[in-house]
Amino acid sequence: MMTLLEAAARHVEAPVHTPSDRALTLEIDGVVKRYPNGALAVKGVDIQVGQGELVVFVGPSGCGKSTLLRMVAGLEAVSEGEIRIDGRRMNEADPADRDIAMVFQNYALYPHMTVRKNLAYGLQNRKTPKDVIAAKVAEAAAMLQIEEFLDRKPSQLSGGQRQRVAMGRAIVRDPKVFLFDEPLSNLDARLRNQMRLEIRKLQRRLGVSAIYVTHDQVEAMTLADRIVVLNGGLVEQVGTPSEVYARPATTFVASFIGAPAMNLLDAVVDGGRLRVGEAAIPAPAGAPQGPVKAGLRAEKARLVPAGQGLPFALEAVEELGATRLLHGLAAGAPVVVAADAALPLPAGPLSLTADPADLHLFDARQGGRL
Amino acid sequence: MKKALFGPSLTPYLLLAPQMAIVAIFFLWPSAEAVRSSFHIEDPFFGTATFVGTDNYVDAVTSSTYGRAARFTALFTVVVSVVSLGIALALAVSADAVLRGRATYKTTLMWVYAIAPPVAGLIGSMLFDQHIGPLKEFAALFGWDMRVGFDYADTAIAMMTVAAWKQIPVNFIFFLSGLQGIPNALKEAASIDCRSPVRRFWTVVFPLLAPTSFFLLIINITYALFETFGVVDVMLKGEPGNNPVTLVYKVFLDGFRGQDLGGSSAQSVILMVAVFLLTVIQFRLIERRVHYA
Amino acid sequence: MTVSSDPALAASWSRATAAAGANRRRRNLQVYHHAVLIFGVALMMAPLLVAFASSTYDPIVIHSEGLQLGYGGEFASTYGAVLFDRGGFTGDITGVRMLWNSVILGLGFAVGKIVISMLAAYAIVYFRFPFGTVAFWIIFSTLLLPLEVRILPSYEVVQSMGMLNSWTGLILPLIASATATFYFRQFFKSVPDELLEAARIDGAGPVRFFLDILVPLSKTMMAAIFIIMFVVGWNQYLWPALMTTDESLFTIVRGIRQILQVWIGANIPEYNKALAMAILAMVPPALIVLIFQRAFVKGLVETEK
Repeated sequence: MMTLLEAAARHVEAPVHTPSDRALTLEIDGVVKRYPNGALAVKGVDIQVGQGELVVFVGPSGCGKSTLLRMVAGLEAVSEGEIRIDGRRMNEADPADRDIAMVFQNYALYPHMTVRKNLAYGLQNRKTPKDVIAAKVAEAAAMLQIEEFLDRKPSQLSGGQRQRVAMGRAIVRDPKVFLFDEPLSNLDARLRNQMRLEIRKLQRRLGVSAIYVTHDQVEAMTLADRIVVLNGGLVEQVGTPSEVYARPATTFVASFIGAPAMNLLDAVVDGGRLRVGEAAIPAPAGAPQGPVKAGLRAEKARLVPAGQGLPFALEAVEELGATRLLHGLAAGAPVVVAADAALPLPAGPLSLTADPADLHLFDARQGGRL
Repeated sequence: MKKALFGPSLTPYLLLAPQMAIVAIFFLWPSAEAVRSSFHIEDPFFGTATFVGTDNYVDAVTSSTYGRAARFTALFTVVVSVVSLGIALALAVSADAVLRGRATYKTTLMWVYAIAPPVAGLIGSMLFDQHIGPLKEFAALFGWDMRVGFDYADTAIAMMTVAAWKQIPVNFIFFLSGLQGIPNALKEAASIDCRSPVRRFWTVVFPLLAPTSFFLLIINITYALFETFGVVDVMLKGEPGNNPVTLVYKVFLDGFRGQDLGGSSAQSVILMVAVFLLTVIQFRLIERRVHYA
Repeated sequence: MTVSSDPALAASWSRATAAAGANRRRRNLQVYHHAVLIFGVALMMAPLLVAFASSTYDPIVIHSEGLQLGYGGEFASTYGAVLFDRGGFTGDITGVRMLWNSVILGLGFAVGKIVISMLAAYAIVYFRFPFGTVAFWIIFSTLLLPLEVRILPSYEVVQSMGMLNSWTGLILPLIASATATFYFRQFFKSVPDELLEAARIDGAGPVRFFLDILVPLSKTMMAAIFIIMFVVGWNQYLWPALMTTDESLFTIVRGIRQILQVWIGANIPEYNKALAMAILAMVPPALIVLIFQRAFVKGLVETEK
């Protein structure tokens, strides 16, 4: 388990906000979620979120990211461990008393209430004075540009507008923490990109800490101050997007973060050589001897005329506009190579090679970074 | 299952209390009472009850009037269900296919649902009346001397006619909604694959209606067994004499007229078992519908 | 078909005849469907038209000439008499009173059932508590046995509680069947979980969530169940017939049984009044079904499955 300080210490380049500089808003401390049937959804997780920080939980479905978020919200009971907000233990607190606000995947707007009532409902329940409610609703509506819809019902709104209302409902609460549960997954691709940017700007502007759950690694990379990669109920890695991308801690992170996924080859370090099948390329300096998983990003792989690396058999080409992806077999293993689309397609027999510094080596069995 | 529920507190008990009280007093208690008294013979004068084991059941099942009522009930149920379902299906298919006037037809055909069975029985008994009934006159045109109220078979036919008529709207509504639930693309695909509308109906549409039909069959059986009480009672004018009666009507007659509490209760319990079986089938169906709907 | 020297022309001509054939078949099919529906409308409406027409005739005319299909001119006097004349053994009950009693039964039954079953369904769906599953099965066992099969012991229970000839004794046993609870349970289960979660974050407790969110969301469902239950309540026959011997509590449907008993032994039965009563008994529930047709069909089809 990597703590915040360790993470900070390992920063390659100092991020704009170092989490350790700030006060901690949310602490998730050794949290376990065990269902009545004994199944473990979350197997002991520690995460700290600093003031104003946006932390993205990312992972495949079933990795425990939503369960974790729902435990923070108080919608699921915590089996073991502790959740603290502003230093106060929250395990037993009612969702309404945790000073959080949540944006749901399907928005969960009250269908029978107007947008205005949807925004005001939580404040009314807190006995907030009417004029204060009106002012807050107006402010949030202006911020989100939904003033003209205030008297409509959710069913009369488009997906993007509903999304804004859901955001507005979170904003008017002035929470300590925003919780986003895959809020953009019901939108089409174009709207998703636009809303993603807006969420980021809004969160920065309000300076409120946020947890954002998604299965989409692009969303994670573009939004996060820090990414928490979860798998099978455990944290695989915590770090800034660039860190997680540049130095994946495990083969899982390596294959999950980045598109196309990092190429992973079964290889053996043999002296200064990295052998893959019958062929070999130079190994990184100081690599431990023996079998490893060798990782290579598609954009770092280079194709050269045959004979200077791993023999490469081209199978298919995907044109992406600026780049093209070349799918093929390198020493029998499937690999992807990204190439500049402006350059002509290489012809004739090819080999694949890479700068030793671009190679990531992982433990062959455990998958941990070497 | 809901993911986040309210935890244990007094609230759910308070919410359930009214329903549970009513169920306990007006359902569990009488049902238990029916089972208990089905094993006893009660003396109406002294208010004593003697345990007689299964005698009441044996007496009930072996009596000739029970056998007659049971046979009639079976026939009644089958005829009412089949006739009513058949007519309703034909009407629903046409109402679904017709291009103009669909709403008007639908409204006209369905509002009869609101008529109470005894009201239908009253109108029916007049239509079949010995002196004033146009249907009796109509039958006479074919040399059929219909003597409803006096002749066993004629009375049975009249009762079945009225009971089936009353049930047409419900079946119609369900069939029509079932038909309208079939995606248009499917109907269009079928019309490309098969020219004959009749064949199309039996090979594509009808199989898709199967869940609705099976569900309706159960509904109709329950209706014919129990809800036709009003039809039967009014058409017999409360005087069964030698006329056909359904099993539920016999439970009522033996209990309230004959003061045979044990025998009536035994018959009730037999019916309970029958309904129980029907309902189990219906529930299995509901589960399936819920899963695939 | 004529053989044309121009194959294209021949092809287009044969396409045209094929299309004409398809059109003709489609037209014939429409004619068939209209014929079926007109037959159906006649089948459903004719008995009611005869009943209404005959109710406007003098009973002597009906007695000598049979049921009628015209207007007999006695509408006002017959219906006036049925509605406003005091009758029965006590000489105290009028048609208006019986209609009013039917309204009370229909409303009491529908409202009582909706309120009680919504509360119970809410407890079952939205709370986790030890007794929940047991309660569920007890309540749903009532779906197994209609009142008709346990009519005699039910009568005795109500009698022993001294509730014969009372609205309570009339309505409560009818409410004992949990059909509406079942419908509301199904409906509540279909309400997205996130609404409860959002409401809890918004600080709504059990009562507030029920009143602010669930009840407003259930409006169409409540309307649909109300219509069906009102009609079912209005049309009750056997139970009121046993329960109410006090004529001031007679409903109009119950009154039909009474009119038959007066009728037996009469020289010339008052056919017209009996039919007028039948018409009066069917008009209010029919109007409700017609006016709220959409909610009614929705309720019937969506709840019964």
